[in-house]
Amino acid sequence: MMRSIRFRNSFMKLLMRLLAGLLAAASLSVVAAPASPPMGVEDARHLLSRAGFGSRPGDLAAFSQLSRAAAIERLLADTPRAAVLPIPPELADYQPPAKLRELSDEERRDLQRRTGIALRVWWLDGMLAAESPAEQLRERMTLFWHNHFVSSVQKVKSARLMLDQNRLLRQHATGNFGELLHAVGKDPAMLVYLDSASSRRGSPNENFAREVMELFTLGEGNYSEQDVKQAARAFTGWSIEPATGAFRWRPMIHDDGEKTVLGVSGRLDGDAVLDILLAQPQTAEHLTRKLWREFVSPTPDERDVRRIAARFRGAGYDLRVALRELLGSRAFWAGENRQTLIKSPVDFVVGSFNSLGMEPPDAAALAGLLRQLGQDLFAPPNVKGWPGGESWINSSTLLTRKQMAERLLRREGREDLRQVMLDPAYQLK
Amino acid sequence: MKRRDFLGGIGAAGLLGLMPGLAAAAAAAPYRRLLILVELKGGNDGLNTLVPYTDSNYYSLRPRIAIRGEEVLPLGEGLGFHPSLQPLLPLWQAKELALLQGVGYPGPNLSHFRSIEIWDTASNSDEYLQQGWLARSFLRQPPPAAYAADAVVVGSQDIGPFSGGGRVVALSNPEQFSRLARLAQEGGASGGAALAHIRRVESDIVAAAAKINTSGPAFAFQTGFPQSGFGASVRTACQVLGSGADLAVLRLSLSGFDTHQNQPGIHANLLRQLAEGLVALRSALVELKLWERTLVLSYAEFGRRPKENQSNGTDHGTSNVHFAMGGAVRGGFHGEPPNLARLDASGNPVFSVDYRRVYATVLERWWGMDSRSVLGAGFEPLAFVV
Repeated sequence: MMRSIRFRNSFMKLLMRLLAGLLAAASLSVVAAPASPPMGVEDARHLLSRAGFGSRPGDLAAFSQLSRAAAIERLLADTPRAAVLPIPPELADYQPPAKLRELSDEERRDLQRRTGIALRVWWLDGMLAAESPAEQLRERMTLFWHNHFVSSVQKVKSARLMLDQNRLLRQHATGNFGELLHAVGKDPAMLVYLDSASSRRGSPNENFAREVMELFTLGEGNYSEQDVKQAARAFTGWSIEPATGAFRWRPMIHDDGEKTVLGVSGRLDGDAVLDILLAQPQTAEHLTRKLWREFVSPTPDERDVRRIAARFRGAGYDLRVALRELLGSRAFWAGENRQTLIKSPVDFVVGSFNSLGMEPPDAAALAGLLRQLGQDLFAPPNVKGWPGGESWINSSTLLTRKQMAERLLRREGREDLRQVMLDPAYQLK
Repeated sequence: MKRRDFLGGIGAAGLLGLMPGLAAAAAAAPYRRLLILVELKGGNDGLNTLVPYTDSNYYSLRPRIAIRGEEVLPLGEGLGFHPSLQPLLPLWQAKELALLQGVGYPGPNLSHFRSIEIWDTASNSDEYLQQGWLARSFLRQPPPAAYAADAVVVGSQDIGPFSGGGRVVALSNPEQFSRLARLAQEGGASGGAALAHIRRVESDIVAAAAKINTSGPAFAFQTGFPQSGFGASVRTACQVLGSGADLAVLRLSLSGFDTHQNQPGIHANLLRQLAEGLVALRSALVELKLWERTLVLSYAEFGRRPKENQSNGTDHGTSNVHFAMGGAVRGGFHGEPPNLARLDASGNPVFSVDYRRVYATVLERWWGMDSRSVLGAGFEPLAFVV
């Protein structure tokens, strides 16, 4: 009896509130849509853990009060794109190859080790320091691009060039894919990693031309060997200045003859080829599929992909259009797609500290842990990047994850979270 | 050790091979015989391991770091062991040690990371495969469910050739593994694909921990295990086998072979560790009566450059010599020694044996399985398995 009265009372209150809301909306200007309901904690946790790394208690509370649409806009709002953190002193200067050659093997190895650690610490500090969910999304997208436009310090052998590439990826992280593609093609670390720097007229190196089609834009099966060969000629002349490590255009070694790429003929240069690739619907679809696997589920829905890709390309490759579509899609919020993505080591490590509101130990230790877990930042295994998904979890990495969780709980005296953090589902997001 | 003493030490296990009924039981059948892989991380210098001490090219390429003729332990055919490998001589003489020469692949890659990935996945050098070659084998034809695990990785975090399939556990010592394994949880209703994968890995850990029994009485080895890190890994591996756990593959690793500078002392020490560890491994396997049904095989991402560098060391090379040993191994030389008069553009020897022929030997001769479906093409097995 009591219960039913209380029920009736609260029902009446709700009704009153709804009516008041409707009246308020009606009295506002015509553009104001009826306010969408707040999404609540579960939705907020889902969104934040997919768009960022874990969810900080304060962000979770704030986002749970927003509607889904408002939350997405908050994530995509302009955030400062400058360098998050100052450049560490170890990476202040570029070390030209000539200078490296003067060092003894021991000195060179020591330098590479020190700068390599400074580089990883710099980025991890940046991820951990990302204040708002929007800044976390920017870091996530920077990591996404690191695994898309793969370069590795193991081959580039200059931590400073890797840092510069990382800043480039961050600058365009949620900006425009076309601009990013053009900039990456001339990025010094990429020029070294995919051998463009040593490619010249007469003996073009096909490495960049092949990967830009297979991995960065069209995807396998959407181009021919002939396209690769012709494009490789177009990219000759993109080089670097050895003394400074900066991009340098060298017309003397550029092949400016007639070429045909994907049916387009002319005296094409590298930028022209990239524009031809951007004009292909397959490029937008390839990117959309990859973003889907990053944010939505391991199995892209082809109908949705085609729809989102068309809008993405139609908007001149504005990444915010693609992200808005993906995060706002029915599939993103669908129950069957929740907890279907396996946390990457960065998700697991950085996300755990964020979600638990715990103070992380020094970033150098975390960088070592990430390597043990199979995600050594700045050193993806090969040009295809980390395969991700189920490959993150094997008996060794899983027990290392659990061991880290247990130590963390003990250090923080949070045995109450033991069940949660040791549960298999904790590896999912 | 005199040869007679050595053969005497083989004891019961040696006799098994002479008894037809029991020998047949150990014949090729999927995963019925054990494979122990030994990864020499960093790229072992094959030329200073099996020294071509009668080849003048060797001495002109390595004026400072070559092993002098009088130090070499001659094995025949103008080749001899590095002096640190002395402990392996009895195995060589007993024809239980095969030396596989010139093992490599076309289009060699000189990056550690990429080249070991090629070896682990059995790919062509311009092909990117995600699954390890043994993972593919385990998925195509799973080892018996009663085994503690398909593979156990000792003393290393990376699971190399097992990546992406099969029941694989990594451990550095059995007690610690048992302790950590308590953090894993047994099955339960599986959810989606991702959760199912994690649950599968958790139950693999639980199942392996249950069978690698560390609570019962430990096998009392007479074998003395060396004090080195590699010796400890060998002891761990033998404890796992001594607990009665059945496995298809065990992998050990020894790191530090990336000898760019001051190689002679470092390399001598590594080879001593390796030789002492392998001899202890043999002795313990004999005690466990497993020697006749175990194949021990070394591998590495590459060998090292024939020409020494300016720092008393060697840079990244290509083809290399590898060890195969066991009670059912056909000892002696296999493959071709590197031709030091004909080096490639990077100054490295051209391979004579595709490394996938070694894998084909394991799959077909050792386990009696099809190798084409695992290796993606037909590779002719070698003759180092009896």
